[in-house]
Amino acid sequence: MNWQQIWVAYMTIVRKEVTRFTRIWQQTLLPPVITTSLYFVIFGSLIGPRIGSMEGYRYMDFIVPGLILMSVITSAYANVSSSFFGSKFQRSIEELQISPTPNSVILLGYVTGGMARGLLVGLVVTIVAIFFSRLSVHNVFVMLSISMLTALLFAMGGFLNGLFARKFDDVSIVPNFILTPLTYLGGVFYSIQLLPDFWQAVSHLNPILYMINGFRYGFLGISDIPLGISYLIILLFIAALFTINLRLLNKGYGIRS
Amino acid sequence: MTAALRIQNLEKEYDNGVKALKGISLEVQTGDFFALLGKNGAGKSTAIGIISSLVNKTAGKVHIFDYDIDVDFPMARTQLGVVPQEINLSVFETPLQIVVNQAGFYGIDRNKATILAEKYLTQLGLWEKRHDVTRELSGGMKRRLMIARALMHQPKLLILDEPTAGVDIEIRRSMWEFISEINEQGTTIILTTHYLEEAENLCRNVAIIDQGRVVENTSTRELLAKSQREIYVLDLVESVKSLPAFERGKWKLVNPTCIEVDISKEQGINGIFRELNQNQIKVQSMRNKSNRLEQLFLDMTTEEEETSA
Ligand SMILES: Nc1ncnc2c1ncn2[C@@H]1O[C@H](COP(=O)(O)OP(=O)(O)OP(=O)(O)O)[C@@H](O)[C@H]1O
Ligand SMILES: [Mg+2]
Repeated sequence: MNWQQIWVAYMTIVRKEVTRFTRIWQQTLLPPVITTSLYFVIFGSLIGPRIGSMEGYRYMDFIVPGLILMSVITSAYANVSSSFFGSKFQRSIEELQISPTPNSVILLGYVTGGMARGLLVGLVVTIVAIFFSRLSVHNVFVMLSISMLTALLFAMGGFLNGLFARKFDDVSIVPNFILTPLTYLGGVFYSIQLLPDFWQAVSHLNPILYMINGFRYGFLGISDIPLGISYLIILLFIAALFTINLRLLNKGYGIRS
Repeated sequence: MTAALRIQNLEKEYDNGVKALKGISLEVQTGDFFALLGKNGAGKSTAIGIISSLVNKTAGKVHIFDYDIDVDFPMARTQLGVVPQEINLSVFETPLQIVVNQAGFYGIDRNKATILAEKYLTQLGLWEKRHDVTRELSGGMKRRLMIARALMHQPKLLILDEPTAGVDIEIRRSMWEFISEINEQGTTIILTTHYLEEAENLCRNVAIIDQGRVVENTSTRELLAKSQREIYVLDLVESVKSLPAFERGKWKLVNPTCIEVDISKEQGINGIFRELNQNQIKVQSMRNKSNRLEQLFLDMTTEEEETSA
């Protein structure tokens, strides 16, 4: 295939993925918006005022970036894991396997689809957040780049999950038992400065901490972590996941007998 | 002339230890209409899976129009279209989306793909259904959709794994016609089927696989020439209690109004009728017990008991 043909193949996968999640928007776009709206109401309007301020910001304003990024993470991950597993389950993945499309393009196509859903959900949640908080943006470039890289990272993670999944349950195990706890402990709702030293150190092992803090910096200009470290960690994870996924695809793991 | 497909010493052992292919070698010439026959579990789909990069091979080589599937895989895959045995459609998409996307995976842009989609969906009688959800198509329509999908990148070699399974006779006939036409236009066809009259009527060359080995690989004509005997079923006008001693053939009274006779080519049918007349047995109708290829096939492949080994 020449570059033009590769581009057509890539765009075909992306379009297919976007068509899929917009067709079932009630399952893909609506739930995260409802969930985060509830967070805004409960923590922002009801409980938030009693907590007071966090690092000099109203509690609501402090948690908004984390909540937005959480919805980006969940959506990007879920899109790729369920779509890829679904095409494995229906065996329609064979359409791509028999084609000349290179594995790297298959991976990037699916991952772009996941990013698209993650970022779209993030955008809608951000719009909702405007009604509940005084949203200001400290650094647009940081905000956009961290959200895109995070979406990319978790879309890659979802792809890995899709490759390993053998039944539908396998698609929800990682989000329920790993992703959600790590997100909650990654400083969405608090600054890790509040934690005892030991738990602060433990928190540094949580990669999501770096993303949430980087993203929060984009909005508020504050972070528990130096910004450069955040970028470095995210990029390292992306590189590692890309390599692992591509290796497994080339071996035909989970898709070739 | 380059072979459309060249398979050398192909072996496959699945993870569960099943040896599905035990070293098969085959060559299919460009332009051929080739039948790949074999019982359930013989290894046909495994071979097709390897050719189309869906199954890892354990050993051997595959070339599609001289492109090694391990080395020049983008080129090898571009030459090949596959209609699999199992439905593998993305059932929530529409037929139009499915075929246009498939073309996209081969680098064909949407404008061109849409033109091709209209052509193939129309030819396969699915154009009216193009915006329906694929899940709601009938089984035969799904099979035809898989044929249309396989043609979108206009492959030079088309492999069809039991395309007519579960398809009604009318549609089956129109599929035969359609596939023959594609073949006449130059596409090499490999077909697997359990309807042997289909293979006999359509295919110029035949290979029979049994228990992971090629047991026969020749032209359909030569294969049929090997057929030395034929079994006829005779329905009688009046019932008979027992059979007289006939001179020619092997006779069997299936029930009082039905006789089976197994005769060799030299013995001929005329002699049989002479004997029937002499014994005043009146025949109402006569038919072949099985078609010729079917009989050969049964003679060449192993019995069920042995296959469980
Ligand atoms: N994915 C798999 N894992 C393990 N064994 C398999 C797998 N697929 C096929 N087999 C085994 O390999 C052998 C050959 O199967 P294959 O599907 O190639 O036969 P076939 O000739 O296509 O049969 P049919 O006419 O029933 O379609 C069988 O014994 C089958 O059980
Ligand atoms: Mg089969």
